[in-house]
Amino acid sequence: MTAAPARITAKRRLGDTLFSGAALAAGGFILLVLAGVAIFLIAQSIPAFLIDPAEIKGQPDSFWQYVGPLVFGTVWAAALALLIAVPIALGIALFISHYAPRRLAQGLGYTIDLLAAVPSVVYGLWGAGVLAPSIQPAYVWLVDNLGWIPLFAPPVSGTGRTILTVAIVLAVMILPIITALSREVFLQTPKLHEEAALALGATRWEMIRMAVLPFGRPGVISAIMLGLGRALGETMAVAMVLSPAAVISIVLTGPQNPTTIPANIALNYPEAHGSYVNVLIATGLILFVITFAVNSAARWAIARRKDFSGAN
Amino acid sequence: MTAVDNSPRTVVNSYTAGKLPRWMPGVTLAIALLVSLGAFWLMSMADGGEFNWILATIVGAVLFVAANWFIARLVEGGRQAVNRLVTSLVIAAFVLALIPLVWLTLTVVVNGTPTLMNGTFLTSSMRNVVGAGGGALHAIVGTLLITGLAAVISIPVGLMTAVYLVEYGTGKMARAITFLVDVMTGIPSIVAGLATYALFALFFGEGVRMGFAGSVALSILMIPVVVRSSEEIMRLVPNELREASYALGVPKWRTITKVVLPTSVAGITTGVMLSIARVIGETAPLLIVAGFTASMNYNPFSERMMSLPVFVYTQYVSPGTDAQAYFDRAWAGALTLILIVALLNAIARIVSHYFSPKLGR
Amino acid sequence: MKITRIGGIAALALAGALALSSCAANETPSGDGETTSDLSGTFNGAGASSQGSAQEAWIAAFQTANPDVTINYEPSGSGAGRDTFIAGGSDWAGSDSALSDDELAGDFATCAADTKALDIPTYISPIAVIFNIEGVDELNLDAATLAKIFKGDITNWNDPAIAALNEGTTFPDLAITAVHRSDDSGTTKNFADYLNKVAPEVWDADPADTFPYQSGEGAQSTSGVVDAVTNGTGTIGYADASKAGSLGTAAIKVGDEFVNYTPEAAAAVVADSPLIEGRDANDLAFQLNRTTTDPSHYPLVLVSYSIVCQEYADAAKAEFVKAYIGYITSAEGQQVAAESAGAAPLSDDLSAKVADAIASIK
Repeated sequence: MTAAPARITAKRRLGDTLFSGAALAAGGFILLVLAGVAIFLIAQSIPAFLIDPAEIKGQPDSFWQYVGPLVFGTVWAAALALLIAVPIALGIALFISHYAPRRLAQGLGYTIDLLAAVPSVVYGLWGAGVLAPSIQPAYVWLVDNLGWIPLFAPPVSGTGRTILTVAIVLAVMILPIITALSREVFLQTPKLHEEAALALGATRWEMIRMAVLPFGRPGVISAIMLGLGRALGETMAVAMVLSPAAVISIVLTGPQNPTTIPANIALNYPEAHGSYVNVLIATGLILFVITFAVNSAARWAIARRKDFSGAN
Repeated sequence: MTAVDNSPRTVVNSYTAGKLPRWMPGVTLAIALLVSLGAFWLMSMADGGEFNWILATIVGAVLFVAANWFIARLVEGGRQAVNRLVTSLVIAAFVLALIPLVWLTLTVVVNGTPTLMNGTFLTSSMRNVVGAGGGALHAIVGTLLITGLAAVISIPVGLMTAVYLVEYGTGKMARAITFLVDVMTGIPSIVAGLATYALFALFFGEGVRMGFAGSVALSILMIPVVVRSSEEIMRLVPNELREASYALGVPKWRTITKVVLPTSVAGITTGVMLSIARVIGETAPLLIVAGFTASMNYNPFSERMMSLPVFVYTQYVSPGTDAQAYFDRAWAGALTLILIVALLNAIARIVSHYFSPKLGR
Repeated sequence: MKITRIGGIAALALAGALALSSCAANETPSGDGETTSDLSGTFNGAGASSQGSAQEAWIAAFQTANPDVTINYEPSGSGAGRDTFIAGGSDWAGSDSALSDDELAGDFATCAADTKALDIPTYISPIAVIFNIEGVDELNLDAATLAKIFKGDITNWNDPAIAALNEGTTFPDLAITAVHRSDDSGTTKNFADYLNKVAPEVWDADPADTFPYQSGEGAQSTSGVVDAVTNGTGTIGYADASKAGSLGTAAIKVGDEFVNYTPEAAAAVVADSPLIEGRDANDLAFQLNRTTTDPSHYPLVLVSYSIVCQEYADAAKAEFVKAYIGYITSAEGQQVAAESAGAAPLSDDLSAKVADAIASIK
């Protein structure tokens, strides 16, 4: 293991070799861990594709018919959560970094960070016990008055445990993550850029649009991806809040909601045995693939704007 | 639009010409709210329905945003109007987000405080406790040990990987690692638990449960968060700083430890705290690999170890006849978890404050 | 300056660590105090969460009597519990269903070579049909109507089929929200088994841990179902009777009468049920008599078993299991479960059989 090639050939120091070696070793360690998880997932998933589909819960015609609603539900819930969370999170991040008085901003930033620590079980307790009953009348109103929109098609849920409630809970969960990282990135905007924009007569919003947002964009995308990762992988909160069914439906307020892969694993794993365990792990593998695809897309988006990064 | 009547004002000072007075948004907001609340009140009087003040406030807020934009557009022109519009939207986003966050926090604090303060909660375990009483000391110790060990594994690995990606990584290897870290963010927590269990079962036999296995499972979830957040922050360190350091003949590794890391320490601390916050509340993997017990266990390398999320979950899911005592303990456990993170956060902030260079900000 | 600050933080952390490493107030260090028992060590069980709160009470009482013993019971689920036990990961398992024939045909890693495991009934709990309808305090249902409600064939409380069973009660024009378990559970299996046996023409799905129909709403765990029923309007659900709390519980039709659950009625139906045939004499797996017409029986009941080895590979474990399972099935142990978890105590007749089975464990 040698140090990465420097642009100008410099004297090789022991410290550099050790340090870059350690950095590379850390990267290698990640590779090892991931290989382990991947081997586990793939090895355990293979039987799922070979078994008789009748052994799967709900007796679907094939494994894919079982997975379909789960994949849809996972992506749908996460997309809804992002749709709610991202504009709000960016708003808060900007508020803290560029709008709020400095003293207030520090306190707020600190509080938001803390909320990232609320365990998912608590979001589950809150979502199922407090949010769902309080929001149910609003769903009744939506279905009564806007039932012609496919999203609010009747019947209405009697308990409020719908995918929209889950999306709200997930959005509240990922808000602190997206906010915290975006705020740090916005705060790193070079003061000179901001001052230059203001000096040219830009309003505050124009300054943010021209200096802060382009600079922070890769970081914001990273933050959103971390949030999405949590939304896609969230287990307990979804399991506790959602009223699930094996359906593909875009209705936001009904009693039958598509469920998500991790919640489905959590709900069925304890009582699962035999090859059904493999089926559940195979759905985990699929979730893995979904997250990876989404992440790759984001990386691609960041790579296009790499010029703004400080380092090379 | 009743509010419009107030807006035109005799120009007295050429510096403030074409600008709205500072009190303008406040007055507009008050008028918008009054109009909306009044309208809703009249409507509720008319059809005898209930006075829906939540909806009225929301309509009032929307009215304000529109009026504020419209007035500014008339007086100050389009650019200023957009500026004002965005300002109101940013503040609205903030207020909107505060609602669930405050609601959630209040729920936890109100439900959790009485039990947390009852004297036994922080000094007892659940061993030989049935019904009311007992405490979560075993879970607190377990959570601290398990998360602490996870941090000991994850933070060096994660930080060094980020350093590699930002400072050394070029070509295939860096791309591969970036790719893998991305994949890792996608591991659902329950899968991390299952995989860790499979690994430990290889060495220790079926049915193995130990706190350390929980740490390993949490590390799988924690490392990518550390890498991604610290990578983003380190990338933002201006190249001028690095180049200045190299120009003074400072070796690369000293540049990293003395310039890059200290410059980004605040952001890295946030990232690390986020990652701890992300895993300290994980239930599913710990339920699988660290197990469940009602007794104290200080040894993370043998036998079952309780953790706070598992404590909260089991108290909620399988309560005894006196269910309220169990739910109270669940809320108190959740509150304890939040307080632990608050404490860790405070310590980390202080530490990062002393290590970060003093900048203009 | 910097060093002192860091030192201060370190001291604070150290103080915190010391404070935490002190022993829990309620845990006496083993070794002191008079001990009459010679059992010691850590023993682990895993399985059905339905038994969770009862196990908690049993463990507390047993550990008090045997201070050197630590028992952990993981309420991880019946399926996981059986799998862990079969793989040798626990000393006994709790399960809402008896071992299947397939499982009995295989090997048990905890047990001595070529010996099998036994099902011992330890926890009987009536399942209550809970409901929350404004203005209605009492509800009578027969199996067919109950099945139609949960299957989604009856969707409104003012349905004539419900009115016919409840003379004198006026039902509101209110949609029915039937709440079932969204997680796989033995409670669902027993509920479905009852409906399938008594009203097979309506409930045509095989009883399983999973709720079979695409109808109603799901909620996780007994607590989740109780929450959903309590917070919703026009809701009905099923849950362990001990968790019903202040909710109304429906009386179900047995023979010609409507019977509300009582622990005695639940225990009576188990005592009257035949054992599954073709098993070891000491394997007390029941084939519950759901179709009973005796109104002193409440057939909507869940029996949870402790699964133990006929012969343990480790004699210390055998000694522990005999003592512990012996305790929980004793009159005293069953009374503890009745108080803390609302279980129905085993009948005297059944207790005697269980005692024989436990005595046979080696």
